[in-house]
Amino acid sequence: MVEWTDFERTTIQDIFSKMNYDVVGQQALARCLIVYPWTQRYFGNFGNLYNAAAIMGNPMVAAHGKVVLHGLDKAVKNMDNIKAAYAELSVLHSEKLHVDPDNFRLLGDCLTIVVAAQLGAGFTPEVQAAFQKFLAVVVSSLRRQYH
Amino acid sequence: MSLSANDKATVKALWAKISPKAEDIGNEALSRMLYVYPQTKTYFSHWSDLTPGSAPVRKHGKKVVGGIGLAVEKIDDLFNGLLTLSELHAFQLRILSHNILVVLAMLFPDDFTPEAHLAMDKFFARVALALSDKYR
Repeated sequence: MVEWTDFERTTIQDIFSKMNYDVVGQQALARCLIVYPWTQRYFGNFGNLYNAAAIMGNPMVAAHGKVVLHGLDKAVKNMDNIKAAYAELSVLHSEKLHVDPDNFRLLGDCLTIVVAAQLGAGFTPEVQAAFQKFLAVVVSSLRRQYH
Repeated sequence: MSLSANDKATVKALWAKISPKAEDIGNEALSRMLYVYPQTKTYFSHWSDLTPGSAPVRKHGKKVVGGIGLAVEKIDDLFNGLLTLSELHAFQLRILSHNILVVLAMLFPDDFTPEAHLAMDKFFARVALALSDKYR
């Protein structure tokens, strides 16, 4: 069981309640595809991903970024049992989508950077630590059903 | 992976823009590394104070950023240009690099575009490689 301090709980709820899902989802996924281009292999049907400009302007990337980010809502609402909440999603990513789980951390890093840009000075070391701890638990839960 | 002419130009351009805030960047990045990744504190047990923004952290942050500035200068020959730095840095650089990128996103959200992010990520990977080159 993950132990969360009051500060960590409040911080996570706060970040997500103020989150602009359209912008942050699109930016995080686009950054992942640009900075770690091997992740493009999972999106063969997304059309034009040939360069950074194309990826940033791609409507399928924007739409899917939003889907992925909303996927985190499950964890935000179930912080005391993210492992159980993500069991199905973990099976999905493993059995159906065949995503190498090492890439979850990379997307998490891109999301951290986008949120940092959004919050500016509000992204203090303490807030960063809470956010990264949250993402680490999510990533670990998503990896769990791989075999 | 090697740095293209465009990568080098992007890194140099971004560095020129951000270097006025170099000391703050060094302090913030190092503070975050120690706070968010407590295992990195094991390398600094000889410091009196490891809390974010403390005097030893600020001082070393300044040194770190000086080292990065040197790497930017020597970007065309990192393998020979960084000989004076300890091999210890190479293995921990990944964690520090991530925190530098976070700080750049915070302080320069408009300049730290995805292209700049890519170039800096590649640059730091290259710096880490150059640092470890002579040691194994």
